[in-house]
Amino acid sequence: MSSVVLKNIVKRFGSFTAVHPSNLEIPEGDFVTLLGPSGCGKTTNLRMIAGLLDPTEGEILIGGKRVNDLPIHKRNLGIVFQNYALFPHKSVADNVAFGLKYRNVTKTEIARRVEAALSLVQLPHVGGRYPKELSGGQQQRIALARAIVIEPDVLLLDEPLSALDANLREDMRVELKRIQHQIGVTTVFVTHDQSEALAMSDRIVVMSGGRIEQVGTPEEVYNRPQSEFVANFLGASNILTGVCRERSAETATLEVPLFGMVPVPNDKAARVTDGPAKLVLRAEKLTLMDTGADTSGMIAAAATVETVDYQGQTVRYFVRVGDRSLQAINMINERPFPEGSAVVVAFRPQDCAALPG
Amino acid sequence: MSVEAREARQPWILLSPALTAVGLLLFVPLIFIVVYSFWLRTASGADQVGFFLDNWQEALTDRFYRDILISTLRIAAITTLVCALMGYPAAYFIARSRGNKAILLLMLMLPFWISYIIRTMSWINILGVSGALNTFLMWTGLVSEPIQMLYNEPTVILGLVHFLLPFMILNVYVSLDGIDMTLEEAATSLGANRWEAFLQVTLPLSLPGLAAGGLLCFVLGAGTYITPLVLGGPSDAMFANLVFEAIITQLNWPLGSALSLMLLAVLGLLVAIYNRYLGMAQLMKGLG
Repeated sequence: MSSVVLKNIVKRFGSFTAVHPSNLEIPEGDFVTLLGPSGCGKTTNLRMIAGLLDPTEGEILIGGKRVNDLPIHKRNLGIVFQNYALFPHKSVADNVAFGLKYRNVTKTEIARRVEAALSLVQLPHVGGRYPKELSGGQQQRIALARAIVIEPDVLLLDEPLSALDANLREDMRVELKRIQHQIGVTTVFVTHDQSEALAMSDRIVVMSGGRIEQVGTPEEVYNRPQSEFVANFLGASNILTGVCRERSAETATLEVPLFGMVPVPNDKAARVTDGPAKLVLRAEKLTLMDTGADTSGMIAAAATVETVDYQGQTVRYFVRVGDRSLQAINMINERPFPEGSAVVVAFRPQDCAALPG
Repeated sequence: MSVEAREARQPWILLSPALTAVGLLLFVPLIFIVVYSFWLRTASGADQVGFFLDNWQEALTDRFYRDILISTLRIAAITTLVCALMGYPAAYFIARSRGNKAILLLMLMLPFWISYIIRTMSWINILGVSGALNTFLMWTGLVSEPIQMLYNEPTVILGLVHFLLPFMILNVYVSLDGIDMTLEEAATSLGANRWEAFLQVTLPLSLPGLAAGGLLCFVLGAGTYITPLVLGGPSDAMFANLVFEAIITQLNWPLGSALSLMLLAVLGLLVAIYNRYLGMAQLMKGLG
């Protein structure tokens, strides 16, 4: 188990810069997710930590030691690849035992640890089979077993769940988190799926265009986004451009179109100063109500339902407020509001965040 | 006609031109050869029609034929080995190179645009007594007399390697190209160095391609008569040269037929063994 530190790391491919100067500290034992859309540099960062790519500039430290010049096979890392990368010509047991053969482990000890790893991933009886005889989810577990059986200093997961279908993905999410918790290994997880990131991580590193946008706990990046990109990438947000009129001890009050004055708690408006500012209004915090409903303690405006996107438990509305179309995601109590109906949309100001304009 | 019946007929309709060609150009002549091999060439030079085992007896008992068959198989085996050792790294390089694969593969195919005979004869201009190499050696003063480099077994093998290397490279390339590169990355991440990762993962997974290339090189090498004819000496005749000799020079079709069927049987056995263990599908991948 070791910490991972990226110091002023840069990766260029020819004239293209995949990772702009970045700093990142991953404490020992943490589960950290690199989250971002494709091409944001998250996989490049992972591959540099792994030793599959050399950084153009900067330093990588694992367990406090510089590893820039240490080849991959000496870094003692467990990597789970997106496509599992199981050796098709070796049995499951031989796949899992592969890393132990390079680690001076006796045969009886290898057998014992392979068995232990297979039961940890809840597949104790498949050792004699070949990878192609297993389902996608099972192959995923074997890939994980192979990566953790060597007791790696750091576990690197490159979009390991993206090849699984939706139900299996959610099961594996819980499973992966359980195993990581049990062995306590420092884990770097790469994904473009925000719900995976929110559900699994101790900390999330949101990346965009080769830059780190924000680092924080899931709750922090979700509730206190520091940029428009983060606000939009983690769930749907409505961004209203306005002006910060007043800062008090507790709030920053923004004047925005459609809703007027919105007092945002200071901890969600840390970087806002007087002058232009943006209000981040999450779609799931914007509630639709019957006209005339009680909106005390909330900020409300009259609206018309434009589009209804029914999703079972929830419904996603597009509502017209004045000249703007806003997105709202609500739980369904009885029946969703029909298209064209006149409603009131309302939100609590403490559910908003503010960004400098 | 029902839909099922139409669908069942369709492959046969599509295959019929090819099947007709294979039937007329391969199986019918082969039957002729089988029939010929039981005829007898008389002293007068005329072929006597009938069922005689004389040609087969001669082909199967004469030590001369047996020795040449063995040396043919040996030359083909050495050629195959050299092709494998030279072709594998080249195929690996092409499969792992980014971007310019198409150009590299085109360069590999380029020699096929020149007749195999011309390519074989080009070695005379290089290795001959007044060839490029000798001229150069004389010019440097390293030798005073030109060295006789041609017309021996090594030059036959050289010519065969020149001819067959692209087949080996293509087959191994196809096999390597199909191997997921992350497998090697996974192996190195688990502690294997690059060489160990190659031996543990890439090499075993590319063996079918290597075997297919090997089979192709061996069969084509063992069946050739042009290379030993152009680049070999009198004692370097290969089995196909005997067939050529019997049929073209001596006009002894019955004996030539028996000899060619003998070679066909030996090589056919080899293909059958290959097919039993590796399957023909891999060979088709390399050719396609």
